[in-house]
Parts: sequence; C-alpha cells; structure tokens
Amino acid sequence: MGVTLSRAIQWSSDGNKLENSLLNNDILTEIMLFTEYFSESHPEEARLTFSEPLQWKTSLEVSDFTSEIYDVREGSVMSQEHDDNGRPLLLLNPPDITVHSFYHLSNILQLNKNKNRKEVQACLEANKEVVKKIFGPDTPSINEDHLFNILCQLDEKLLDIAVKPINREGRLSPAAVNTEIDLLKTFCGTGEMRLLKSVRYTSDYVFSNGCRSPPWRQMDGEICSLIIETCDTEPTLFITCNTNGVFLDEGLKRRGGGGEKSYNAVESYNSPVINEVFKDLVTLLKNKSSHFAEVADEENFAIQDVPSAKKILHVETVDAEKTGQTLKPYNSEEKNVLKKARQQPVQNKPGNRKKKLEPSLKWKNLGLTSPYDEGEVKARKIRESKKIFEYGTKSPTSESKKKTNISGSSLPGLQSSQKIKTPGGAEDFSESSSEDEEDEEQHERRAETATDLPSEYWQIQKLVKYLKGANQTATVIVLCSLRDFNLVQDTCQLAIRDVGGLEVLINLLDTDEIRCKIGSLKILKEISCNSQIRRTIANLGGLQTMVSILDSSDKELKCLAAETIANVAKFRRARRMVRQHGGIQRLVELLDCVPAGESLSLEQQRDVEVARCGALALWSCSKSTWNKEAIRRAGGIPMLGRLLKSPQKNMLIPVVGTLQECASEKSYRIAIQAEGMIEDLVKNLSCDNQELQMHCASAIFKCAEDKHTRDLVRQYDGLKPLVTLLNEAENKQLLAATTGAIWKCSISMENVAKFQEYKVVEILVRLLTNQPEEVLVNVVGALGECGQISENLATIRRSSGIQPLVNLLTGTNQALLVNVTKAVGACATDPENMMIIDRLDGVRLLWSLLKNPNPEVQASAAWAICPCIENAKDAGEMVRSFVGGLELIVNLLKSQNKDVLASVCAAIAKIAKDVENLAVITDHGVVPMLASLTNTEEDKLRRYLAEAIACCCTWGSNCVSFGEAGAVAPLVRYLYSKDPSVHQATARALFELSKDPNNCITMHENGVVKLLLVMIGSTDEILQEAAASCVANIRRLALANDKAKYG
Amino acid sequence: MNRKLIQNLAETLCRQVKHFNKTETECLIRLFNSLLGEQAERKTTIGVDRAKFRNILHHTFGMTDDMMTDRVCRVIDKDNDGYLSVKEWVEALSVFLRGTLDEKMKYCFEVYDLNGDGYISREEMFQMLKDSLIRQPTEEDPDEGIKDIVEIALKKMDYDHDGRVSYADFEKTVMDENLLLEAFGNCLPDAKSVLAFEQQAFQKHEHCKE
Repeated sequence: MGVTLSRAIQWSSDGNKLENSLLNNDILTEIMLFTEYFSESHPEEARLTFSEPLQWKTSLEVSDFTSEIYDVREGSVMSQEHDDNGRPLLLLNPPDITVHSFYHLSNILQLNKNKNRKEVQACLEANKEVVKKIFGPDTPSINEDHLFNILCQLDEKLLDIAVKPINREGRLSPAAVNTEIDLLKTFCGTGEMRLLKSVRYTSDYVFSNGCRSPPWRQMDGEICSLIIETCDTEPTLFITCNTNGVFLDEGLKRRGGGGEKSYNAVESYNSPVINEVFKDLVTLLKNKSSHFAEVADEENFAIQDVPSAKKILHVETVDAEKTGQTLKPYNSEEKNVLKKARQQPVQNKPGNRKKKLEPSLKWKNLGLTSPYDEGEVKARKIRESKKIFEYGTKSPTSESKKKTNISGSSLPGLQSSQKIKTPGGAEDFSESSSEDEEDEEQHERRAETATDLPSEYWQIQKLVKYLKGANQTATVIVLCSLRDFNLVQDTCQLAIRDVGGLEVLINLLDTDEIRCKIGSLKILKEISCNSQIRRTIANLGGLQTMVSILDSSDKELKCLAAETIANVAKFRRARRMVRQHGGIQRLVELLDCVPAGESLSLEQQRDVEVARCGALALWSCSKSTWNKEAIRRAGGIPMLGRLLKSPQKNMLIPVVGTLQECASEKSYRIAIQAEGMIEDLVKNLSCDNQELQMHCASAIFKCAEDKHTRDLVRQYDGLKPLVTLLNEAENKQLLAATTGAIWKCSISMENVAKFQEYKVVEILVRLLTNQPEEVLVNVVGALGECGQISENLATIRRSSGIQPLVNLLTGTNQALLVNVTKAVGACATDPENMMIIDRLDGVRLLWSLLKNPNPEVQASAAWAICPCIENAKDAGEMVRSFVGGLELIVNLLKSQNKDVLASVCAAIAKIAKDVENLAVITDHGVVPMLASLTNTEEDKLRRYLAEAIACCCTWGSNCVSFGEAGAVAPLVRYLYSKDPSVHQATARALFELSKDPNNCITMHENGVVKLLLVMIGSTDEILQEAAASCVANIRRLALANDKAKYG
Repeated sequence: MNRKLIQNLAETLCRQVKHFNKTETECLIRLFNSLLGEQAERKTTIGVDRAKFRNILHHTFGMTDDMMTDRVCRVIDKDNDGYLSVKEWVEALSVFLRGTLDEKMKYCFEVYDLNGDGYISREEMFQMLKDSLIRQPTEEDPDEGIKDIVEIALKKMDYDHDGRVSYADFEKTVMDENLLLEAFGNCLPDAKSVLAFEQQAFQKHEHCKE
C-alpha cells in the first residue's frame, strides 16, 4: 500500500489532493472495498490498534453513527472500546475524526455507503504515510506481522491496477481519435455550459486507413490536424493528433492550417520546439483551456467519458500500430532520403569529396554512414520491434507494395505502380502457439540489450533505406551490396529486420522484376537461418509469396524460393502456412526431373538442382504430420523414390532426410517397402557421407518395424554395412541411427544369426558405456533382441556386458529402462549370467522398478523378474529379503494396464513356487485379486493368470477360495480360446482347482468335461496330462458320490 | 529483294554472325526487310533508322528507359551512321536472343561505357543512375542519394581500385554475381520477350516455307 500511495497514485500538482483520474478512481475503489470488508475477512488483524491513529476531516455526521458500539454524546461520537491508555478507538468531533483500528475503519465505511469514496479519499489525503502510522517507525512486531503481509498484498494488487493502464496505453489510433473528436463535438454549442465553441478537421478527406493527414505526414504517425475553438483561449488551437499523442502544432498555424507540405512545415514538425505531448485531446484541452477544465470537471467528464474513448483505444491498439506501419510504405523512405541528404552535405561532404577511393574496403571510409539522431533511431527501433509483436492479424488496410519497375522519379508514376496487397487470411495467423510467445520474449530481451549498435547496423539501415526508394537498377546494386555483409552473423540479420528490411525484401518478391526477386531471395535465404528472422518472414506473409514463386518459369528463382522455404519452415506455424498456401503440391512438382544419368545437359543439371531444392524444402516441411500426408497425396513418394536413384549426395541427403522423417507414418513405411526403396537405402549405407548414412540408417530404423522390411535389409546385404557403421562411434547421431537400425533388424531371428556372424554382440557391449542415452536405448534394445539366441547370452557375459547392463537399471530414461529390463531379463535366462546379476543385486534393482510410474517399465521389469526367480539360487530367500517387495507386486494386480497385469501374473506364478512366499502373498490377498481378473478376454493375460492361479492353489485353502471367488467358471471358458498356450495353463489351473469338490461341480456344470476330452487328444503332453488329471478328479468325485448315494 | 538474294545474304551473314542457322538468319532478314518497307522515307539502301529501332527495343524487348535505348542504339549502330544495316540487325539479335554470358558482358560494358574510353567512370555511372532513386523536390542536394549508390556500385565493382570500372573489373563482377550484368540499366531483353520474339520471328518463317 505504501508503494502505491507514494508512487502510483496520482497527486494533484500541490501534492495535497488526489487527482480525479481514472487510475485513482480504480485505486480508491479497491482500497474502499478492501477496508469495508476487512473486519470480516481478517477479524483478528482488524482489532490491532494502530501505532498512531489516522485522523482526517470527515463529512460523516454524528447522526450517521447508529451502531450500538458507539456512544453518542454532545455532538461527538466515541467507541466503547478503548486502547491501553484509555483513549477511545474511534473519536468523532465533527469534522475531525480519529480512528485506531481497521475494525472501526471498516465500520465507518459500512455506516454510510454514499460517503465511502469521499471518506477514503479524505483519509488517504490526510494520511499520506498510512503504513507508517499503522505500524509506527519500527518494523512490525510479530502480532502485527500478519497485518503487514495483508497490506503488502493489497499494495501489490493496487500496483497491478496502476500498471495495467500503462501497459494498455498503446499509441493513439485513428479510431480512438475519431471517437474522442465526435465526443468533443457533442460538447460544442452556444449555451452557457458549452465546453468548446467548435471542433473541426483541417481536411475533410479521410484516407482508407482512417487518417486525414496527407500521406507524407502520416509516415511520421500523424493522424489528423484539428482546429478547436475554445471558450477562453486566444482565437483557436491548432492541434495535431499523432500516434504518439496530441500536441499543439505551431507549424500548422504557420501554414495556416493547410495540408500543403512545405519545407518549413517539415522543419518545425521535427524540431524539438514541439509543445508538450498529451495522451489525448481531453487532457490537452483541460491543460490549455481553464474553462474546459472547469466545466469538464463539474460534469465529471473525465470519469464518465474518457473510459469509452479509452476502451476503444485499447481495442484498437493493434490497429494503431498497423497504421504506423502501413502509413510508411514508401514515404518514410523518401523522407529519410531527404533528411539524410540534408544532413550529409554538411557533415560528410568535405571528407567524401577529398578522399580518393582507397583500397580499404571499409565502408566507413567512404563516408557512407550517415550521422543519425540516436533518439530517433531508438524510437524507430521500438516502433519496429512493436511491429514484430502484432502479427495477430495482417492489416486489412492497404499495405502498399512497392514495385521496382518505376519509370522515373515522378511521384504519380510511383503511386500508380503501387500494389495493394491482399490481406492474409486471418486463420493463417490465428494460432498463437507457445513457440511464438517464446520468440517474443527473446525479442524483448534483445531490444533491451541492443544499446550499442554495431557499425553494420547503420550501413545496413542506409542500404535498406535506398532499397525502398530505388528503381530496379539501383535495387539490384543495393541488394548485391547488402549481400556483401556477413549475413551469417546475427547482428547483420537482425539489423536488416530492425530497420524494416524484411518488409522491403518481401515486397520485392511481389514485383515482376526477376533480378530483384533473385537478389532479394539470395539475402532472405541467408538470413532465414536465424529463428527470429524466420518468424518475421512468416508473419509478413513471405511464405505465401515464395510459394507462388515456385510456379515461376525461372529455375534459379524457383531454387532460391524453395531453399528459403526450407529455411523458414523450421517451425510449426510456418510449415502449416506452406501447406495452406498449396506449397506442398508445388514443391512435390519441383521433384519432377529427368532421372540423372552420367552426363547431363546444362538444362538438365538445372532441373536436378530445382528438384534438390524442392526436396530440401519438403524435408523441412515433412516434420509436420499433416504435411507428410500432403506430400503423400501430392504423389511425392514415387518421385522421392526416383530421386533416390540419383548419384549425387547433395540430392540424396534431403531426399532420404524427407523419407526418414516421413517413415514415422505407416503409409510411408509400406510405400518405402513397396516402391523398392529399401535397396537404395541399403546401398547408400555404404556411401562416404556420414549425414546420408545417418538418414539411411534412421529410415531403416523406422521401417524395420515391419518383418518383410527386415528380411529385405538382409536380402540386400544391408546388415554388414550397418555393423561396419558401428565403428563410427564419434558421430553420435550416426551411431544412434545405426544402433537403432540394428536393434529393429535384430527382431528377426535370421538377422540375429547374421549379426552373430559379424560379432555384433561384442561391439554392442563395448557401446554400453559412455554413450548418450539415445544410443544406449538402441544398443540395449539390440542386445535384448540378440538374447533370442542363447549363445549370445554367453557372449554378453564373456565380454563382461552384464555389469554395465545392471548399472543401467538405475537410470531414469523410461525408454532406456524398458529396454534394459528386457535385456537383463534375457540375460537372466542363462544360469551363469544369473549368478552375476544376483551378485550385482540386479533383482533388487528390477524389483524397485516396479515402483516406476510408467506402466511399460513396470511390465518390463516384472517380465524380467520371472527368469530371475526361475534361475536364481535360493530364489525364495532372495525374494523374501526385499522388504515390502511381495506386497508391492501383489498390489500391481490393481493396475489398469493389461501388459502389467500379465507380467505380474507371470511373476506371481514364479514367486508362488516358494511355499513361504506363497503364504505371504496369500496374506496380501492375492487370491481374490487374481479371481477378479478372470473375466478378461485378453489371451496373453489369460495364460499368465491361469498359470498364477495354478501355482497359488497349492497353499492352504486357496483352492477353495478361488472357487468361492468365482474364478472357476471363467477359467473353463478359457478353453474356448484359440491360443494353445492358454489351454495348457488353463488345464493346469483347472487340475489344481479340481482338488476341491465344489470346484468340480462348478466345472462340470460349465461343461468342462467335453472340452477337456478334446484337450486330452492334444499333442502337448503337459496339456494332455493336466486335462486328463482334471477329468479324473471330476470322475472320482462322481464315483464317490455314487458310492455315497447307493452305498 | 528476291528470294535468291535473301538466301545468299543469309548464307554470308550466318557465317559471320554466331548463334543463328541459315533459315533463322533468313527469317531475321525478312523481318528486317519488312521493317524497311514500313519506313516512310525509303532509304532502304542504308537501313532501319534509329527511331524505328528504338521503337522495337521499347515495345518488343521491353526496354523502357530512353537513355538506355539511346545507348543501345549507339552500340548496335557500329558505323554510327544513324541507320541499322542488316548485318548490325542480325548481330544485335544474336546477342539479344542467343548471346553467351561473355558476349552479353561485352555488349553491356559497351553500352555503359558512355564515352567509349574503355572504362565506366563515376560520372558515367552517375549519368546512368541519376533517375534510379525517388527524389524529393525539397532536398538540398537531390543527387546525394545517387552519389551514394554510385559509390556502392564502385565499391562492388572496382577491383583494381583505380576509381573506375574497367572491362576486367566488370567481367569479374558479373562472373561473381550474374545479377550485375545489367548493373546500370536495362539493356537486354528479358527471358519472356526473347521467347515471344523467337516464336514470332521463326515460326512465321516455317509458315512461309510451306
């Protein structure tokens, strides 16, 4: 509260009164509400007495105090409560009032709602240092602490209110000005209470952007000029409304209010003699006309009417910016040229004239840098930077575009060559993705730090300025000169943007002049490697234009446009814009070139280059799922397939890059296989370019999910080159792609056999340490798959791979954990490996992964635990040693994930082999939990569930409990399943369950005998035996029954 | 001219001028003759007058800058007699339509070298670029911008730093950046008008032949 009162609130000039302003109004209201409800919201704090009482002249009267807690006596009021010194906490001796606590402040406000605002205002005015009075000069004591915090919160809230209008205070827009003027006009008249005599514009003509000032003045942000006759000031006020504000215009007066542009006018306009700038007309008038101020205040003008104008201003802020921008198109350049030309002779000419051209290539030696008013440049920078923010919608008003084919220097000729740009569809810009916001932030930070600008900045600014006013010949010269800057450097890139160069460059793309377009694209291509530039290009509608250039007949132009698109389309919104403007179709068409032979004609070479650039652009675009689909629909896949046969690496890289990017889609994987591209991909694995090799490996990685593809890779001898690539351990990206391809390929047994031949396991084990995670995931995945062949498991052990694998169990990367647990599980199937794992405490690590939140990891860990328990010595003892481990795994039966359930069932079956452990899990309620899962349709779960039930039946009354829990009938239905492994497990479970007579009855009722008889005929001996034993048990029961009945 | 004469002439010319075969040369001669025929005063023996040719440059080849068309005429009219001979006509079109980069560079340099001293000087550049920027009547020195552009161009092209652009400088510049071939003004037809002209001139002939 203290800060607000000292800083934010607006005091009148003498410092004793609060101004009657919007802001103060808001703040007062807030304080009022706060105080009024204080005693309710913070009853304890309200009772604290202030260190010093608040005193002010009140308008409250004795009669207002109707509450019982106050004693009214002899025209004064005092509270019944007293402080320690016996003083009443509230004392009113009209008009003086003294208050000691928030409780009473609160009460006062509740007494008379009509006087609230006045009271608060009077109180604040009289007690400028409220906080000090409340807490005294010392720091607040402990029991005051809470109150202090509350007040601090209020303070922050108030500051928020105070800051908001500042943020909101954009520049004036024509709409806001018009509203205000219309408002003022209603106050003109002849009556006594009139505010003004008359308000009129100097010009009746309204430009399409809503401004009335002539274009050459609009470029400086001017909106209109007004002549206002007030009731008291000498004859008339000449007022100029600018986007920056409103000010009295002496220059206008000198011109006699005419719109005619004269040298003097410009001079005075720019001179610092400009009077004070006001935020709006009302403020200006109040300041200039005391009559206006009086009457307006009386009518509470400020509070009632300005908000409406303000509101519009707020809404239109973006528009105002736009105006600032669109007013500029060519005029500001002229103006700059003019201003510069005026300045330069004075400052630079002598040096320039004397100096013969020196061998130095330094620009400054030529005297080309013009001394600029730094302030102006800063202002301009800010304006420019604001422009960057406003890409919500593209200006619907005419964004005039400059054509370069101007015939002469005459203005009319120029105007006629202006082109109206069609407004970009709002939808293109509607998305405000998080990346955009991020970019804004970036920009803001930069704007703050860019205090000392490098010399290139000024040189570039100058060139861009010429660019704006040059015909095609000069444009080409300037463009070429611009290219001589180090455009890879971001100072130059951002300088081009900051001086408005991007707008010009993009405008040039819309001209008919091919050389200008080429020159412009050459620059755009270079600077679009900067992410901020990319965004600005996209925001300025550059992508749309470049996409349309793809239709051009000039091949160089097409190439440049495609390459620039490739650079710009690095973010999502840009990629979408390319698609929405039909860019994907056109880019795919670029791919259509003659299949490359040995010798190409010049023309064919150009076609190939066009195709290459098209592929580059598609590569960038293909990072969006929708674009992948669009490429496919445009018939891009066969074309890419054709280009894949090309011998040139610079062609192959974007082509394979696109393919591997798209291979994330199933349709592509099928097409890549069907179009016979696997062969080419395999062939290029052996090329001498690592980037290309990487993309090929990565494409194979993605495609080898499919079995046929894996076979094709083997058939085209792709496995050997993959193994060879493992030696390129320095290039981590390549290594990640290669190991990925090996992993996926090793899913096929035949491939594993090949890999065994190439001694892949040894190499992979060496890659288990000191590699980035993306490599590790694939290496471990591949090792897990290689474990399909048991010899490989021994190889892993021999090359000491167990320890690093177990070590990886402590990681956090989920994908890695899934693969590691799988690999450790595979290793554990080998008893010798298991000994090592056990020694390294691997099972405990696996077990703790059951607590991982990711169900995939849980399942994978549970699967891995199964062979561990099976192969570990003293498995039962080991499992028991994990404190809370059994409870943990039983509780996983509550999981919703089918794979987790199946894996846990499998693990429980293994655990239950140990009777002691079985007893423990029985205590943890494993029986009802398993029984509740029996209704599943999932064959995999059915199989392991049946196994778990079979194993759990052996303890105590579990067999009976399963029957009671209703697990028997669903199990019988498992025998209808098509999966033979389900049959075996189910038969075993039924056999165990049939040891209880009641279960036999249930089974019999569910028609189990007929099903089991079929199973007895199976070739699977275990199944045979289990089925037969079960039938035998049922039969035995029947016989016993008969015996009992008939004796 | 009778057919035989044209054929003979075509044969001679196509040996002297590159890029056109005999039939094409013949077409161009016919075109030249028809231009002669349109001419008011029949100085057919001398050739097509400059005004006529400038008209073609303007309308057929889209060179709209008067100063440049004037220069082009001067360069093409090698004997400087004010009229274009048939040989000069075919030679000009050879550069326009089929010229190699080298030929075009030579031609452009000649166009830009106003006084023919083998260098493009600052003053010449200024002369050629003087209308290349929009100017304000209120400027004190309206030429300042142009002078700047000239310096920029000179910096870009003057490799040997002698303050003027020699042919070697020009060649190096253009080889480095093709865009600067027509650095100081439009003096070559663009691809579109070339295509249109060829189609019109040579197709007509095929038609005649049949």
